[in-house]
Amino acid sequence: MAKIVGGITTSHVPLIGKALALGLQDEPYWRPFFKGYDAVYRWLDRVQPDIAVVIYNDHGLNFFLDKMPTFAVGAAPEYCNADEGWGIPTLPPFPGDPEFSWHLIEALVDDEFDITTCQEMLVDHAFTLPMAMIWAGKPVWPVKAVPISVNTVQHPLPSASRCLKLGRSIGRAIASYEKDLKVLIVGTGGLSHQLDGTRAGFINKKFDRMCMEKIVDDPEALTRYSIRELVELAGTQGVELIMWLVARGALTGKVSKVHSQYHLPISNTATGLLVLENAV
Amino acid sequence: MTPPKKRNSSIPGTIIFDGKMALKGYALNKMCLSFNSAANRQEFLRDEDAYCQKFNLSDEQRRAVKNRNVLELLEAGGNIYYLAKLAGIFGLDVQDIGAQQTGMTVEAFKAKLRSEKE
Repeated sequence: MAKIVGGITTSHVPLIGKALALGLQDEPYWRPFFKGYDAVYRWLDRVQPDIAVVIYNDHGLNFFLDKMPTFAVGAAPEYCNADEGWGIPTLPPFPGDPEFSWHLIEALVDDEFDITTCQEMLVDHAFTLPMAMIWAGKPVWPVKAVPISVNTVQHPLPSASRCLKLGRSIGRAIASYEKDLKVLIVGTGGLSHQLDGTRAGFINKKFDRMCMEKIVDDPEALTRYSIRELVELAGTQGVELIMWLVARGALTGKVSKVHSQYHLPISNTATGLLVLENAV
Repeated sequence: MTPPKKRNSSIPGTIIFDGKMALKGYALNKMCLSFNSAANRQEFLRDEDAYCQKFNLSDEQRRAVKNRNVLELLEAGGNIYYLAKLAGIFGLDVQDIGAQQTGMTVEAFKAKLRSEKE
């Protein structure tokens, strides 16, 4: 049977793509940020996942306002990255696992999550950068992947509570897959930041810290925030916390924290990193 | 039936990109989306007027593009994720546009962010 080895939640700031492309990891600006990922490399080396289920938000590469799915699940043999218009280098394609994807899709719809399915799906920096960050230095991707996209572009967005429930449904779906697969959950985005409006540059450390603590042992506590409240407390893009909630939901009720890091600023963002394992 | 909760009670300095804005900004955002292609970016640079006309921008949107003014572009229905692609054409990143929107120099904007560090 398939088994979840744990979850990683991480920010996906585009500027990280430039740092990776230019090899700036040891520069003074970047070192404090990247050093948090050494623990991720060690942990991944130990748990050796076969496949990653990556929960992220598309920023206008695969989806546009003409058709905007609230939740979309990839079912493609391969997922390509492409030009996003502002010049970070394109990363190599990620192999998919359509059979596993369709199992997830069947289980999610059976569980009343009426998701959109995608047999073709471009993945943007919110998917590719976290993958590049957690497997830094690997010449080819060591895992297959299933992208799950959450709408954070056009309101109404799915509520925090709905996202946590989606995650739980993903967790149950994985546990019921017959093949012996080791599955990694990745949730990307956050933490507090705002790119638009006269409040651009907004950061809320106190709220971020509370979220990083609560999401480990009491994720339910974060579901009391409405989307509007999340925008107010974490910024228009800080609302990406909902992807962390999907990822957390896929893990078991009790988890143990392997590693955490909170570092700011990277570009306009307060960045967060968590590595969680299901409690034995 | 309880009516849906009001979503847009205002947060200072913040526009919630909802259905109303998505409707208003559709042409502008569609043009910005086209900038995922390098050929389209070149075409825009060759003849900005013709390119904007092709996407049927409203006068307000056309003016905002001409002024390279992010707050005006947001008012005109632009969504920041798509506007970032337009800004990219001019070599502007999110810190440049953050500075522009807050009326700061880029250095001052970056310093403000750094000052959040403990």
